[in-house]
Amino acid sequence: MKQTTEVSGGAAIKRSRLSLRRKQGLIGWAFLLIAAGLIVMMNFYPMVRGFMLSLQTGVGARMEYSGFVNYSRMIGDPRFRQTLITTFTYLLVQVPIMLLMGLALASMLNNKGLKGRGFFRTAIFLPCAVGLVAYSLVFRQMFSFDGLINTILVSSGILETGHNWLGTAWSAQLVIILGLLWRWTGFNMIFYLAGIQNIDSSIYDAARIDGANVFQQFWKITIPLLRPIILLTAIMSTNGTLQLFDESFNLTGGGPGISSMSMSHYIFNTAFTGNPTIGYASAMSFMVFLLVAILAFIQLKVGDRR
Amino acid sequence: MKKLIVLILVIAISMLLSACANEPDTPVAVEPDPDAIAAGGTITVWSWDPAFNLRAMTEAAAIYQRINPAFELNNVEVPWEDIDMQITTFAVAGTLDLLPDIMLVQDQAFQLNVMNFPEVFLDLTDSGINFNDFATAKTSLSMVDGRNFGVPFDNGVTIMGLRTDIIGEAGLTVDDFTSITWGRFIELGHEVLAATGMPMVATTAGGADWIDYMSKSAGVSMFNPDGTPNIVGNAVLRQALEIYVELVRTGILIEVDSWDAYIGSFVNDVVAGTIAGCWILGSIQQNPAHEGLWAVTNIPRLDVPGGTNYSSWGGSSWAVTSNANAPLAIDFLKNTFAGSVELYDILLPAAGALATWIPAADSPVYQEEHPFFAGQRVAADIISFSANIPTFYFGVFHYEAISAIEVAVTNILGGSDIDAELQAAQEFVEFQMQG
Repeated sequence: MKQTTEVSGGAAIKRSRLSLRRKQGLIGWAFLLIAAGLIVMMNFYPMVRGFMLSLQTGVGARMEYSGFVNYSRMIGDPRFRQTLITTFTYLLVQVPIMLLMGLALASMLNNKGLKGRGFFRTAIFLPCAVGLVAYSLVFRQMFSFDGLINTILVSSGILETGHNWLGTAWSAQLVIILGLLWRWTGFNMIFYLAGIQNIDSSIYDAARIDGANVFQQFWKITIPLLRPIILLTAIMSTNGTLQLFDESFNLTGGGPGISSMSMSHYIFNTAFTGNPTIGYASAMSFMVFLLVAILAFIQLKVGDRR
Repeated sequence: MKKLIVLILVIAISMLLSACANEPDTPVAVEPDPDAIAAGGTITVWSWDPAFNLRAMTEAAAIYQRINPAFELNNVEVPWEDIDMQITTFAVAGTLDLLPDIMLVQDQAFQLNVMNFPEVFLDLTDSGINFNDFATAKTSLSMVDGRNFGVPFDNGVTIMGLRTDIIGEAGLTVDDFTSITWGRFIELGHEVLAATGMPMVATTAGGADWIDYMSKSAGVSMFNPDGTPNIVGNAVLRQALEIYVELVRTGILIEVDSWDAYIGSFVNDVVAGTIAGCWILGSIQQNPAHEGLWAVTNIPRLDVPGGTNYSSWGGSSWAVTSNANAPLAIDFLKNTFAGSVELYDILLPAAGALATWIPAADSPVYQEEHPFFAGQRVAADIISFSANIPTFYFGVFHYEAISAIEVAVTNILGGSDIDAELQAAQEFVEFQMQG
């Protein structure tokens, strides 16, 4: 009697547990469905439509399919080539400097003996909280012909007459790189700070006992242990720089000529100014997407040794 | 579960209903409709430059409200770049219901936009507005296939404003600068530079506007009448480029990096004068200390056959959109910008707005002496300039050509060969024209 009760009770429990699991599973799927549905609607659907658009040529509502014409057109487009080179210049100059500076600042600000650590951390991170357009306009003012930078350089005797920062190709690019460094170094630093604080301090203690100096600790302990985070920031920065738009549009207007124009800015101009060619602009957007994917893939292959 | 199904059904039905509601109405009648006009309503207008275009609209609304008290104006400042972009975005996305009733469109982009997005613009040919009352050269800029799509507004005659006190230090007068060639202008510029250390003029970097108005002054477009680019072998364009580069290299012209800095150049005594469309007159008068020190004359000419001292820079026309309360919007324009001498009489002294509406030119206001310009009859002079502007064909790819020239100017100033750059510009425009 006792046994049978147990058996039937066990079966009952088993049955109800199964249905409970199924129920929970269904509820889980229902929750997922909303998020997944939104992602599909907001991300994947526009991506597919964007790709379809990149296969069309024409103006406004009168678009027609024309195969890969837009993609072959890109090869012969001198402006696409130039903006591509400019964007890669930003990428190759700015990203390594920014990541190294971020790392250096993070390990300096991790020093427990440093006074006013909280203040410096906030001060260096704060630029990221500034609106992209707002800071671009401030930089534009500072580097304008009668702006702050020229006034300082001339009055301190470094330059005889002001330099037309935004009106000269190389210095316009330099100003954009400076702006990017100012805006994003603190952002990356926060990642590194969080990573460094996760490193066991006993490793540093042991290294110090073995006679390692600060630089040896930095290169032999901090950098290897931060590798996953460095990888993450490198991919994020690469992605961000390849899609650079705000600085090019607001700070220099892409000028002089198109000498400081980023790819995204050129895509925008192609899509919305003059005779708008949205199909071609979509094709170039897809090229940027492919470039980001390829670079992220390479960085993962090189950087991730787990 | 039931609730979810009900919710989905409700959403589906409401979407269906709203889709039905969005079905396009039958095309709005362009003929005057007295009931709709009398019913009044709010007309939304997009334009840029508060001191000029928006002000003109406000004055126009005040005049029209006397005829039609039920009329309300919603005057919105939208930069031209944004209007241009909104036309594209709304047309491509099919959200034409977001368009205003009336918008101001740059003449150089008018035909281009009508041809690319005909669904945005209302054909005004049979609307009752008398287009014969406008200067033909101006009206033609907003016409496509012989149909009128715009009510002409300001014409942007190019003027040279000069500070008589500064050129006086070099022993020069306005007459020395009147009806001269660019070569002579450079000689005089050197004299002013030597005597005062001041450049003659400033402009925003890139110089495309300068090349543009210089080309217009000789009536030679960057496009042939058949639409093909006319850049390589275009003697006018080449000379304009050479002059611009020489002006920059000699320091007679300084390039500044923003429009504000450009305005500041003559308001803050950095340069001895300025060259721009006549819409700049409002900005020239910003510094009260300059009263009586300015004079206006024509621009230097290119040393080419057909070169003149007259050109245009900017200029725009009002377009009525397909989303407009058409009878009211048209009646409003008809009774103001295309029918009110009083409006132009108010606008001229206040904003420097010069009519392309011919009946307004007979007004005595246009003959008045202007105190800021030491008693010069500025309006009458500018009207006489406008009669001499050569006709000009923009072409549908004007924007692309200007953008190519801007790059060429930057490269030439950086040391590139002028012919190689013209070749590259032509190739770029041909590339863009592939569609």
